[in-house]
Amino acid sequence: MIGLSHYLIVSAIIFSIGLVGVLRRRNLLMLFFATEVMLNAVNIAFAAISHYYNDLTGQMFAFFIIAIAASEVAVGLGILIVLFKRYGSLDLDELSSMRG
Amino acid sequence: MYEIIAFYLFSALTIGLFLVTVMSKNVLYAMTSLAAGMVLISGFFFVLGADFLGVVQLIVYVGAVMALYSFAMMFFDATRDIKEKNTNSALVFLLGGLSALVLVLMFAAPIHSDAIHALYPMHVGVGNAQDVGIVLFTKYLVPFEVAAVMLLVAMIAGIILAGKKMDKSLTKDTSIDDEILVLKDEK
Repeated sequence: MIGLSHYLIVSAIIFSIGLVGVLRRRNLLMLFFATEVMLNAVNIAFAAISHYYNDLTGQMFAFFIIAIAASEVAVGLGILIVLFKRYGSLDLDELSSMRG
Repeated sequence: MYEIIAFYLFSALTIGLFLVTVMSKNVLYAMTSLAAGMVLISGFFFVLGADFLGVVQLIVYVGAVMALYSFAMMFFDATRDIKEKNTNSALVFLLGGLSALVLVLMFAAPIHSDAIHALYPMHVGVGNAQDVGIVLFTKYLVPFEVAAVMLLVAMIAGIILAGKKMDKSLTKDTSIDDEILVLKDEK
């Protein structure tokens, strides 16, 4: 039978995939995708804990995470569009302007 | 039985699709695999009995967020492969895996499973959407309103950033530069 630990392990695997993406990506749009992967992994863990402890709090927090992710995408994509108009690139190495 | 099949199918497909998202060089491939992975994650929610959460995941993530990404892709050159300077990816994999493991251990260590008791238990014979509505509008009303205000702020920020001439410098008056250039040409 599928237990809570199965879901938590899948969630941890997906979270580490997202973390590897955040660490190795150099393109800002791809970094956004990796953060979405991490947020979804956390949502799986919340829903699983909510189901196995018969508690609604986990689902509530998953809702708020979804709301935060939506607003993050709205603001972040606006900033990405401005950056792309201004510099013509989304590469972090090209965008870094401070030499130190 | 069906739950086991669904769990293993969904988890294998989700992990594979998210790996494509993280590894792919093409933005279009990454975005479509991310959308497909999010659909499968809503499948997880339905298996777990969180029906309303699954529907919200489908509407907000697959509907709104991915549509927003695909509209934003019109500004960027999506067909070209991304060139990235990857420094020593084996080290990055090792560090990423290790730090994820440390994070999971950090958050899982203080949890004693027996000490957890349900704060807002689900009611028997009440549908999930109804249950969520009762708890959301009684116990979590203030966070709900704050989230609404935050979404409004995000909407205004998105409109201002994408709509106004924010790529031009606000402090530097570029028209003066043009006039100086014109004056130089006249001389």
